[in-house]
Amino acid sequence: MATTEALNTKVPENENAEVSIGEYQYGFHDPTDEYSFMSQKGLNREIVAQISEMKGEPGWMRDFRLKSFEIFESKPMPTWGGDLSGMDFQDIYYYVKASDRQEKSWDDVPDDIRKTYDRLGIPEAEKKYLAGVKAQYESEVVYGSLREDLAAQGVLFTDTDSALKDHPELFKEYFGTIIPPSDNKFAALNSAVWSGGSFIYVPPGVNIDFPLQAYFRINTENMGQFERTLIIVDEGANVHYVEGCTAPTYSSDSLHSAVVEIAVKRNGRCRYTTIQNWSNNVYNLVTKRAMVYADGLMEWIDGNLGSKLTMKYPAIYLMEPGARGETLSIAFASEGQHQDAGAKMVHCAPNTSSRIVSKSISKDGGRSSYRGLAKVQKGATNCKSNVVCDALILDPESRSDTYPYIEVEEDDVAMEHEASVSKIAEEQLLYLMSRGLTEVEASAMIVTGFIEPLVKELPMEYAVEMNRLIELQMEGSVG
Amino acid sequence: MSSLLKIENLHVSVGETEILKGVDLELRQGEVHALMGPNGSGKSTLAYALVGHPKYEITEGSITIDDKDIIELDPAQRARLGMFLAFQYPVTIPGVKVADFLRHAISNVRNPDRKEGEELMPMRDFRKELRSTMQELNIDAEFARRYLNDGFSGGEKKRMEILQLAMLKPKFAILDETDSGLDSDAVRVVSEGLKKLSGPHMGVLIITHHERLLEYNIPQYTHVMLAGRIVETGDAELAQELHNNGYAGIRERHPEAAAEEEAAKETTTV
Ligand SMILES: Nc1ncnc2c1ncn2[C@@H]1O[C@H](COP(=O)(O)OP(=O)(O)O)[C@@H](O)[C@H]1O
Ligand SMILES: [Mg+2]
Repeated sequence: MATTEALNTKVPENENAEVSIGEYQYGFHDPTDEYSFMSQKGLNREIVAQISEMKGEPGWMRDFRLKSFEIFESKPMPTWGGDLSGMDFQDIYYYVKASDRQEKSWDDVPDDIRKTYDRLGIPEAEKKYLAGVKAQYESEVVYGSLREDLAAQGVLFTDTDSALKDHPELFKEYFGTIIPPSDNKFAALNSAVWSGGSFIYVPPGVNIDFPLQAYFRINTENMGQFERTLIIVDEGANVHYVEGCTAPTYSSDSLHSAVVEIAVKRNGRCRYTTIQNWSNNVYNLVTKRAMVYADGLMEWIDGNLGSKLTMKYPAIYLMEPGARGETLSIAFASEGQHQDAGAKMVHCAPNTSSRIVSKSISKDGGRSSYRGLAKVQKGATNCKSNVVCDALILDPESRSDTYPYIEVEEDDVAMEHEASVSKIAEEQLLYLMSRGLTEVEASAMIVTGFIEPLVKELPMEYAVEMNRLIELQMEGSVG
Repeated sequence: MSSLLKIENLHVSVGETEILKGVDLELRQGEVHALMGPNGSGKSTLAYALVGHPKYEITEGSITIDDKDIIELDPAQRARLGMFLAFQYPVTIPGVKVADFLRHAISNVRNPDRKEGEELMPMRDFRKELRSTMQELNIDAEFARRYLNDGFSGGEKKRMEILQLAMLKPKFAILDETDSGLDSDAVRVVSEGLKKLSGPHMGVLIITHHERLLEYNIPQYTHVMLAGRIVETGDAELAQELHNNGYAGIRERHPEAAAEEEAAKETTTV
């Protein structure tokens, strides 16, 4: 694979199934009585205005939010994708602030919150292999760091609220331009009530050698988390951004609806890795889009585990000649879960190329769908697009669907599309078991092997994490 | 004391169809047996029933190892008791490296009490043993890092089966046409490989149509299967005779089984 050599690290010998862990292990939650602010449940103009006021925002942002709220109200619920009928917008807290300040030292982060991140292993990871960290807890970022040498080179890595205050011009030039509020109902909702998220600017020619990581944690029941991320990779610059997410397990639903906008300038590179592991009561409805300019490269690596319903189709617009886009996604749908995930590639210029590799696993009645669009606009000659999706279905109760859309307005285009569905063949299980592997070990090994081509694209620590999460999903239910 | 695998009056069905209709066979550790018979007579069915393939239902009879009934055990538990099948058609498992898979298998088979998630065999010891076994069997070390049977040629797959046999050192090894579909060099490699591995600690049941494998591994007993029954048992000479003259003589000597064979063919072709 020619396009992904930059941040590649080899995955070590597969040590899977050496780890044994119970069910969803991030399902714990902290007390909320010490919180500094919690909006009332539900959504109306006043709450939108209140959020803006509490944040002390300039008038243009307040107007932007209110306008977005109108768009949100005017748009019908999508009827395609997943089942959103259980979603009650009035039963959600739109703004919850656990702590008043963002800290630069973990020692200063309130105890409960710090302990949560300890349990998630973030401070540990930060010491070992990260160039910077943002930890968002509920609606606000509670901790932030960036390696000093990067700051000295002009790299910005802050929460998005601070960016609006501290870098208003840069902010305004991009914010809402890649994904306007009118794009879809949930983009409009996010635009109205957004809070937190990461803001990254990488100056021309700066190569960030280690990943920047953000970690999103929902704690409150019926919480809505609406982070807003904006990444600008200037000419010839390079960044790898990683996000992880978890939430407590509650009996009623929470909503996570993020917007991520990315601009990759000439010759720039951006890799955005998501390892989502929401608890099974979270609706995860996310809009992600990157615009890539001449000879730039955007890569989405998207691991979707957990959540009740995920609808997410990271998009790449190839704006100028030589731009490349790549999306690798893994979806794992288990009992009561629907992963409706995919990718969108839009070729707006000649000599652009894109690749989508999607792997999904369905088990215990889970449902996963691949929904993808590959589009070549008029004038975008000599483009290449390659789509491969594989589905693995572990039992007869589970389901997988593929919805590939292709729109091509030019003749001179090389389009390839392959889709395959496989069931865990009895024969594969028998083979491994006849060598002494238990049924659980054998299924886990088959699944790990299935996603291996994607997992080996991840830096080692994330590959290990991904395999571990998959094992967790595999445990207990087989046999 | 050598272990004994004992099959008594074994009846096996797939779905509604009875395929094995009362098979008796005793295989002792250290012995070599040949199992021959025309296509469709039920040889692979016996092999699958022995390792516990869930599709092959045992409706009557018993399988014991040293008087312990193993019919209720799943394939993994049987493997831990020393059962091994070199498959006629080894499956491909993409993304799973030969070495990772084998290390796991060995850890379970050598330590039958090992629970899921417990320590695997130490990496160094495992690597060392794997490397030397591969060398002995003339298998390129690079195969350890390849995905299990993914893109392997027919001969490579069969050699992989022999490698697993060598590493797992079972008490009872069943080889289901391990010599089929190979060129003569590959047949020689596999035959020599088995000869090296077998010995007083392994009972071997060789299912074959060819003589090469049996030349290297001379059977004490030859069993002939026809229409789901073992109709004759003899020595190495019987294997030789079948190889030279085919099964016409067997059918003549066992007209009832031959008729059943005919009848089964008709129902499957209709
Ligand atoms: N999984 C199966 N499903 C249906 N029929 C089967 C299956 N396995 C074996 N059979 C039938 O059982 C008979 C014996 O097959 P098999 O044991 O493979 O014979 P051999 O190995 O001696 O060639 C054949 O008629 C075959 O069609
Ligand atoms: Mg056969």
